[in-house]
Amino acid sequence: MQWDIVIGLEIHVQLATRTKIFSGSSTAYGAEPNTQANAVDLAMPGTLPVPNEQAFRYAVMFGLAVNAEIERRSVFERKNYFYPDLPKGYQTTQLARPIVGPGYVDIELGNGESKRVRIHHAHLEEDAGKSLHEAIHDSMGHGMTGVDLNRAGTPLIEVVTEPDMNNAEEAVAFAKKLHGIVTSLGICDGDMSQGSMRFDVNISLKPRGSDTLGTRTETKNLNSFRFMEQAIAHEVERQMDILEDGGTITQETRLYNGDRDESRSMRTKEEANDYRYFPCPDLLPVVLDDAFIEEARNSLPELPDTRKARFMDQYGLNDYDAGLLAGDSKLAALFEETVLHGKDAKLSANWILGEFSARLNADEKSVAQAPVDGKQLGNLVARIADNTISSAGAKKVFEALWAGDNGDVDAIIDAKGLKQVSDTGELEKMVDEVLSGMPDQVAQYQNEEDPKKRKKMLGGFMGPLMKASKGQGNPKLFNEILARKLDG
Amino acid sequence: MHNKSVAELSRALEQGTVSSVELTRQFLDRIRNEDGKYNSFITVTEDQALADARTADEQRAAGNATPWTGVPFAHKDIFCTNGVRTTCGSKMLANFVPPYDATVTANFRKAGAVCLGKTNMDEFAMGSSNESSHFGPVTNPWGEKRVPGGSSGGSAAAVAARLVPAATATDTGGSIRQPAALCGITGLKPTYGRVSRYGMIAFASSLDQGGTMARTAEDNAMMLNVMAGFDPKDSTSVDREVPDYTATLNEPLKGLKIGLPREYLSDQLSPAMEQQVRDAVKEYEKLGATVKEVSLPHAKLAIAAYYVIAPAEASANLSRFDGVRYGYRCDDPKDLMDLYTRTRAEGFGNEVKRRILVGTYALSAGYFDAYYLKAQKVRRLIQQDFVNAFQEVDVLMSPTSPSPAFIQGEKNTDPVTMYLEDVFTIAINLAGVPAMSVPAGFIDGLPVGLQIIGDYFSEARLLNAAHQFQQVTDWHQREPN
Repeated sequence: MQWDIVIGLEIHVQLATRTKIFSGSSTAYGAEPNTQANAVDLAMPGTLPVPNEQAFRYAVMFGLAVNAEIERRSVFERKNYFYPDLPKGYQTTQLARPIVGPGYVDIELGNGESKRVRIHHAHLEEDAGKSLHEAIHDSMGHGMTGVDLNRAGTPLIEVVTEPDMNNAEEAVAFAKKLHGIVTSLGICDGDMSQGSMRFDVNISLKPRGSDTLGTRTETKNLNSFRFMEQAIAHEVERQMDILEDGGTITQETRLYNGDRDESRSMRTKEEANDYRYFPCPDLLPVVLDDAFIEEARNSLPELPDTRKARFMDQYGLNDYDAGLLAGDSKLAALFEETVLHGKDAKLSANWILGEFSARLNADEKSVAQAPVDGKQLGNLVARIADNTISSAGAKKVFEALWAGDNGDVDAIIDAKGLKQVSDTGELEKMVDEVLSGMPDQVAQYQNEEDPKKRKKMLGGFMGPLMKASKGQGNPKLFNEILARKLDG
Repeated sequence: MHNKSVAELSRALEQGTVSSVELTRQFLDRIRNEDGKYNSFITVTEDQALADARTADEQRAAGNATPWTGVPFAHKDIFCTNGVRTTCGSKMLANFVPPYDATVTANFRKAGAVCLGKTNMDEFAMGSSNESSHFGPVTNPWGEKRVPGGSSGGSAAAVAARLVPAATATDTGGSIRQPAALCGITGLKPTYGRVSRYGMIAFASSLDQGGTMARTAEDNAMMLNVMAGFDPKDSTSVDREVPDYTATLNEPLKGLKIGLPREYLSDQLSPAMEQQVRDAVKEYEKLGATVKEVSLPHAKLAIAAYYVIAPAEASANLSRFDGVRYGYRCDDPKDLMDLYTRTRAEGFGNEVKRRILVGTYALSAGYFDAYYLKAQKVRRLIQQDFVNAFQEVDVLMSPTSPSPAFIQGEKNTDPVTMYLEDVFTIAINLAGVPAMSVPAGFIDGLPVGLQIIGDYFSEARLLNAAHQFQQVTDWHQREPN
């Protein structure tokens, strides 16, 4: 049977506020366990939550950026369950009246088409702490579980989509688009390795063309686009196997292990908690007036779609390159910095989307962590554009920059002797010498009629030429001289 | 000195006829010698009190005194006190020492008052007889084996027994007014949001309100001057100017419009109690007030709504007592579930467990609409009743409790009988309006209270009405033998 895949996403976006959503503790990542948890975060008796206005501002900015309705009177509720990393025994979240109502995001697909993904709502909530199961032992050496409450109370918005995506490509395109939006807004640092964005994927299958949705599963806490793609492929296959064998899907929450490409059931619907939501009596409804919303609207920075159009217009980039560069605010900033110093926009785009991105992926680094900045990349591009170095030489410079040997492009070119020889007289001498040593190949070339083959044979002279010039001859000029001499 | 009011003690300190250290010693001696009979204190902080008294005397000498500088008092053991254990009457917190002050505690500290200790209470403020305390029941100074009321029974008994001139208290459904009535003292529950709840251990957050207990209305006013005000740490506290509540105590009552809620003076009220209320109202008429009957048509639904909303909030508020971070933890838990279940089974008393169960049930899937949502609708109707009544009259008057202090053990086997103790007080918490209980006579040698209810933020008027009553009556001056 043919199946339709139906995918909806729930995305936790950690807001980049300085302090927590209901207390004055710092939200900085990576501190010693429990050093960023005060009496409120520890849920000491009698302590009370005090809302952080910045979190509301960020949530409103998000809502405006995804074309959503803003709830003027949103309400916090308590979601009750017991867990050691949940100090109050309930999570303060929103349910019936979330701050961001229905909206949408348009995504671009590989085939050039675009698709609208509807957002059901987005709500504000507090994060839980972390349970540390490893490396904690009592004095007798028995394993123990530690609790780190530094993260407890970090503000999140949970974005819930409609089930509008039909394959992994669409889901990943949406996830990347959302990443671009929240980082462009500056409301999230976008660092997925630190859990700043976490994805839950709801997947169901239905017979092709059917109007009835199948039973769905939820795969939780995917923290990279790659894992998300793999997890969707894995879950689609798992469900398809069950359905094709005549089985039924159990509504459940699953955990995906990306390193092993395995998933397991975490809990079924029957085992799910009754969370007993009710409005939190310690917090008044959040009433937003027009001035607050207008102020947030006026503070909206350039968003990926607008930026993409500008990149095409201002820099003459094609749709695809512009989309990639504009989609990530850090990459976009790097690109503009590179162009500022390197002038050649197309070449800048090629380098960022080519060599630079490849190295990021290989080293599993984010743009912010890259050891090469826009000024360096721009200087490199400028030296390629003005023929100081060849593209092969440029790669060597880039490697040196990446390794962090020396920050200055020109100094590296000098130190490594990468300046290419562009003196025509000198190059012509080398061509004469090489050709005189290869009479057979010259004759063969000149007897060849097919222009395609001739072009290929011309390349055969380049190796010896580059060798003769110790790699420093300008290949473009070599080509010109060769063609002139051989074609007469 | 132990018979003097806060105002009188403040004047004596001001005039230098007594020092704070001397006063503090006298009251500490009384607690040591007398409290064996009442059990009104859970913790007495003798050394700290004497140290604070010395500081207060120095401040007076240096001319940096407030009216409270050097005056002894006590806190209900529900207010967190930095460095002093705060039990909330529970085994769960029997050894809990908070590293912070409640805002109310901090305010009294700033005013220079000398806290002698922490008073007994029903566990987590759940009770109307002070019999649910982990630290044993409190005895009413007016009658051997009589309950002092609850949940602020320790504060009420301590004030009535002259162990302290004043004590803080809290009121979720009557926990200030009913024990004040049963112990023959004056108590005030302010408007919800008037006093910060920060550091006041929560029972039912939308109903809890800190308030005052002393023998005179004037002393209550002096306490409220210290306690009231907006607190950025409590987002439900109200940012509204705080008047000097002592400044208007002597305003004449001529023209005061008193409403008597028909539903609170029904035939179910004992004739003796009704007579007490009518006698008190007559005093007010002599002072120039007018009286009319009004209606609170939804008042009869208050107890039912309250016993859904309060337990629902409590069931979540008390989830933090899980044995993980502080407080009681069971011995040798074998796994996480065992840690939770035994810690809470062993750490909470029966009344607390009963309310957690009721609240959890009311919030459960399938019951939420029928219980919690319905109760919230009733709550809004009750609020509207009060809003309507206060368009007609300035204050409402009723008995505080249906009967005087009952015998220990008499009602604690039947929760519903116990819950009916608050039949006149609970609607006030649901509406969020302020109310007082003022001593208004005796039945069979036991004190009874007159409840005076006011519109939102009308504490000054309530205190004025109570103070004027106390200028022409002496019920509040009677001393248990």
